[in-house]
Amino acid sequence: MTIGASSVSEPPSDAAGDAARGPVAATLAPAAADDEIEARRAAIRKMVEAIVVPGAAIGAALVLFGVFIALTGRNPLAVYREMFRGSFGTWFSFQNTLQRAAPLMLTALATALPLRLGLVVLGGEGAMVLGGLAAAAVGVHLHTPTSVKVGMLVTGALVGGSWIAIAGALRANRGVNETISTLLLNYIAIALLNHVVEGPLRDPSSLNKPSTLPIGDDNMLGTLPGLDVHWGLAWGLGACLLFWLVMQRTTFGFAARMVGGNVRAALLNGLPVRRLIVVVTFLGGLGAGLAGAIEVAAIHGTANASLVTGYGYTGVLVAFIARANPLGAIPVAILLGGIGASGGLLQRVFDLPDATVNVLQGILFLAILFSESFYGRRWSFRRARAARQAS
Amino acid sequence: MSAAAGVALGVIGGAIRISTPFLFVSLGECLTEKSGRVNLGLEGTLVMGAMAAYGVSYLSGSPWLGVLTAGAAGLVLGALHAWLCARPRVNDVAVGIALMLFGVGLAFFLGKPLIGPSAPHLPAFSAGWWSGSAQVRSALQINALFVIGLVATVAVRFVLARTRWGLIIRTVGESGDAARAMGYDVARVRLLATMAGGALAGVGGSFLSLFYPGSWNEGLSSGQGLMAVALVIFARWDPLRCLAASLLFGGASALGPALQSVGVTSGYYLFNAAPYALTLAIIIATSSRDRALHGQPAELRVAK
Repeated sequence: MTIGASSVSEPPSDAAGDAARGPVAATLAPAAADDEIEARRAAIRKMVEAIVVPGAAIGAALVLFGVFIALTGRNPLAVYREMFRGSFGTWFSFQNTLQRAAPLMLTALATALPLRLGLVVLGGEGAMVLGGLAAAAVGVHLHTPTSVKVGMLVTGALVGGSWIAIAGALRANRGVNETISTLLLNYIAIALLNHVVEGPLRDPSSLNKPSTLPIGDDNMLGTLPGLDVHWGLAWGLGACLLFWLVMQRTTFGFAARMVGGNVRAALLNGLPVRRLIVVVTFLGGLGAGLAGAIEVAAIHGTANASLVTGYGYTGVLVAFIARANPLGAIPVAILLGGIGASGGLLQRVFDLPDATVNVLQGILFLAILFSESFYGRRWSFRRARAARQAS
Repeated sequence: MSAAAGVALGVIGGAIRISTPFLFVSLGECLTEKSGRVNLGLEGTLVMGAMAAYGVSYLSGSPWLGVLTAGAAGLVLGALHAWLCARPRVNDVAVGIALMLFGVGLAFFLGKPLIGPSAPHLPAFSAGWWSGSAQVRSALQINALFVIGLVATVAVRFVLARTRWGLIIRTVGESGDAARAMGYDVARVRLLATMAGGALAGVGGSFLSLFYPGSWNEGLSSGQGLMAVALVIFARWDPLRCLAASLLFGGASALGPALQSVGVTSGYYLFNAAPYALTLAIIIATSSRDRALHGQPAELRVAK
């Protein structure tokens, strides 16, 4: 079996690898000291790169989008000032940004974790929709506020995980391309949602917008203490941290990253590659399913067409900008949540269409991908010079 | 007319009407994939093409000028895709997703003022002249673009199978190293193949806005551009099979509305999911863990 190891799946900084190189270098005297300095330099350079390259790409995207705005006859600086005001500038707008960032952190996991194995999964949207639907279906049958909340979140996460794991299992056992299968699963999930809320589970009193029965105001997820942001934010932050620990600090995560780095080496080392694919896609799907359950439990109170938000696709963008690092997904989700939060203000103040935000996201995505070609560029240049001097 | 005949007529008519965008996008994708690269961004190209065609047709009064503009828009997006993918370490699947988001976003942005005004449509003729029933005549409307699509199918197949250019494209798709050793510029061949594929997809988009459904709005495409990518795998990279698969998908897409028109409304949404479920089932049935598919370009990563 071959896996198209994607360039982005490489971990940005491989601290473990550098540490392992240390003792080996020490035995190779007398060049050991030099090697150690060189290794440390490389580690620092990787860390700097991990911040500077995406930072520069985001800057370049903002310049390009500014040119685009200027072409429409508006002042880009004024637009950016308004965007900042609508996303981070005031306490009110910042809370709105955080509230939008929460589901993005979770849907990003559906793409970010499989990306570590070299798989491009786009199924966050479908997993989120079905997670929300399943959560609403279970929630109305439970009775105490605690059982409703726990039942909804657990069911939503499990359904989302299983949905993406279908694509993982198809990939592992039949070689079905996961990018295409997850895209198709998104459409199927949305059709299932429409079918269920208009048919079997429809609340007869929901006339204009067919919905499932409401879970009840008392059973909704509340806001975080001292904030006007619902508990989804805590779940998003917690899940990103947890999955970062799993991928970065456990044997399981190491095995998964090894599959992404070199699938043949992983097979030669006896790693259960197929099982890893299924488990990692399941874990990623847990996040997206949880996002759907939280949307229902904290915002809508019922499952309906409002669950089709596009957060799943924005989550793909978050995962790619964060270079598949769950911890990196947190600031990126906040940034993109802020862009989304400012959309309404742009419409009101500048009469810009609501798709403006999508244009900016598209440019941002393209700039980030373009910047992939800059990693390690200076490094190889120096090495080449060093090699020339040595010879 | 009996209900069964009504459904059959709806499906046949739908197969002709709905298949045209599928056909153009899958031909474009087939050409691009034969050169060893996958363009997942054709969904964005399709929507951009639809918007550009509608805008130009509305402003100039000529739908054919709209079709040309849609092709040109696709050409530009294809060039952008190829240029980005030619950078080192840039993943073509990811670039496709980015271009899909960008193309759709840009089309919605620029197309905002076009929601509402009506633009001149592409001409169509009816293949149902023999029937006295108005229902049959309107179901069997055949658009000029469908005929052009048939010609394009034969042309793409001929170019790929029988010409020197086709041989170069296939060589690049089978082994970039071999093509390079023979002195061909791999990046340039892929650039041209992706541009041509984008142009075809753009033309497919013009069908959406200028014939069926026949207006510009933000819900115009329901993922035809994405499904066409899956369809090419199903069609084993053969233009003639792309045509057959497009007709099959068009028919499957028409199943829900056709059943609804004869009064079967339960499960409407499930029938709407038929083309997606069908695609998935076909891909599962035809994939294999152990061997490459027949006709698959060896340099193509997405099919692995």
